[in-house]
Amino acid sequence: MKKIVSLALALVLCLSMLPLNSAFAAQEVVNVYNWYDYMDETVFEIFEQETGIHVNKMYFTTNEDMMVQVRVSPGAYDLVFPSDYCVERMIAENMLAEINMDNIPNITNIDPNQLNADYDPENKYSVPFMWGTVGILYNTKLVDDPVDSWSILWNDKYADSIFMLDSIRDTLGVTLKYLGYSMNSRDITELKAAADKLIEQKPIVKAYYVDETKDKMVAGEAALAVVYSGDALYAMELNEDLDYVVPMEGSNVWIDPMVIPATAKNKENAEKLINFLCRPDIAQMNCEYIWYSSPNAAAIELMGEDYTENPTINPSQEVIDRCEFFHDIPDNFLTIYNSFWSQVKNAR
Amino acid sequence: MTNFKVPVWGYWMMGIGFAAFVAMLIAYIHKNRGFRRPVFASPYVLWLIVFTVIPCFLVAYFSFTDPQGNFTFDNFKNFWDSNYNARKAIAPEDLKMYQDMGLSLEDLGLARDSINIDTLVFSLWMAFLCTAICLLLGYPAAHIMADREFKLGPTLVILFVVPMWMNFLLRTIALMSLMEDGGLLNTIFEWLGLGKQKLLNNIPAVQVGMIYNFLPFMVFPIYNVLNKMDYKLSEAAMDLGCNKWQVFYKVTLPLSVPGVVSGITMVFMPAVTTFYISRLLGGGKVQLFGDLIEAKFLSTSLNEWNGGSALSLVMMILILLSLGLLNKVDPDNEGGGMV
Repeated sequence: MKKIVSLALALVLCLSMLPLNSAFAAQEVVNVYNWYDYMDETVFEIFEQETGIHVNKMYFTTNEDMMVQVRVSPGAYDLVFPSDYCVERMIAENMLAEINMDNIPNITNIDPNQLNADYDPENKYSVPFMWGTVGILYNTKLVDDPVDSWSILWNDKYADSIFMLDSIRDTLGVTLKYLGYSMNSRDITELKAAADKLIEQKPIVKAYYVDETKDKMVAGEAALAVVYSGDALYAMELNEDLDYVVPMEGSNVWIDPMVIPATAKNKENAEKLINFLCRPDIAQMNCEYIWYSSPNAAAIELMGEDYTENPTINPSQEVIDRCEFFHDIPDNFLTIYNSFWSQVKNAR
Repeated sequence: MTNFKVPVWGYWMMGIGFAAFVAMLIAYIHKNRGFRRPVFASPYVLWLIVFTVIPCFLVAYFSFTDPQGNFTFDNFKNFWDSNYNARKAIAPEDLKMYQDMGLSLEDLGLARDSINIDTLVFSLWMAFLCTAICLLLGYPAAHIMADREFKLGPTLVILFVVPMWMNFLLRTIALMSLMEDGGLLNTIFEWLGLGKQKLLNNIPAVQVGMIYNFLPFMVFPIYNVLNKMDYKLSEAAMDLGCNKWQVFYKVTLPLSVPGVVSGITMVFMPAVTTFYISRLLGGGKVQLFGDLIEAKFLSTSLNEWNGGSALSLVMMILILLSLGLLNKVDPDNEGGGMV
């Protein structure tokens, strides 16, 4: 008897190692891997009602997390929302499937200027979802100088009242831009100059934050902060003293596209979802929920002046022209970026 | 993890290992004609192997390999000199170009830099300070709580336990809003006419956060030992002519050493590996060794995992050494420490 029990236990242990979830794959699904809080979730409910395709939602917080997950769990994700420079790398590493644009008739809604960007020149692998800029969010009650240049972040007058981004590419990037270099610089002397500039600035920086910045700016904890445009709009909604500017030296402009991993199991469902998300009313819902800029011209028309008259969400072409996209920096050279960033973060 | 693939023999080893484990378990049950006590420990042993032993080996494996999986000491060289990998990453033609321009490695900002070692020393110092202050604050607190004549003792114990029902991250974020410029503490300071104090985003703020989070780990082991101590011993000492102070340092203190050792261990270990607290309360301006390791693993360049593993390995060895030293003080482990 005891032998049988022990054998049965051993069998159960062995069985538990088998992937049983494959037995429950009858329903049509699409596995979406997105940033936290980057979508009005009610659009998924509408999609499920209209198509009967169940949306499995999974989330990530950084591009790097996402890349690791897509690599180590092939087939787990059908639709992913990486940033532009990651798309560049994913294409180079053959991680993406070509999207069948015949299945995406709504792509005609997308502003042609937003297509064929550097990261995907022939627009074979991606459809833009949202875009935005990086700039300075400032409190008009606490800043009396004109805010039009990155140089204000080095002004001693605002000592202990500046938030910088705790993010290597963004922070080194805006400093490179301030010094007149490219945000994608691979010149060590330029990187050294940027790192030195940041070390010089460190004593007057109040803190290096990413997600905390917007709420602290709303609370009036600092006068100036480097932020993404969506965070800026969020904060400006809650505190009318805040204003946002993209400095004259230029800054980063980015696109977060939708892509389908090469290993996706439900590619057609993913294409249906992409097409759905490009529908003007759905794009409008998302845009009004997360407050980033929409690449969807038809949705912008629906939103009218609320959108077009807002320079933060709808920057002029002149502003966009002085901005630059991030490009993927190969791992080998990133080691050098990391070293300089480490020097900044550890400077005392 | 980019280029790390478990080799085929690795899967075979894992399969054979698991089969061997099950076979040994069945054989053991069979031999003893029933379930003896060690059988019930087998789920834990399996847990230990999968989540403790294998990860330790993975950390060691990553420490001694490059991203392509070849054996190397570079990760430890990069620990010694934090710009080592960056220098190696400069393309030879670029290096020649910079040399032709008359730029030395110092000019390029990539000469030897001891960031990792400096941060390690700083972390050890912070952990030492945290442990010392926790001991100074915690011992009297535990002593009072364990005092039979102090009626509020049990209430104090509960007050110490209640905050621990909440996750430590939440508590630290709460601490952050208390210490903000517009936070509760500064409001009180202003009301008292002391003016606003800069409480957040500096080294003392991080230290306060560490003490706040780790103090219970010092208080409870000491409290446990003192609480279980036979009070007749103190009475006997007093009968034999000791005054209160003599009772304390001749009887109570020596008997509480195991609790103190256990408390020191349980505070020092998390203190020396702290990372998130320093980012929240230090505003990203104070870097501890844990932050360095975290940055390596969250880096855009997945190549940094190997370097991060080397840092972790150095840290693990240091902790093992310090635990070994502490075990010498309390060889019977009466305080119920972790090792």
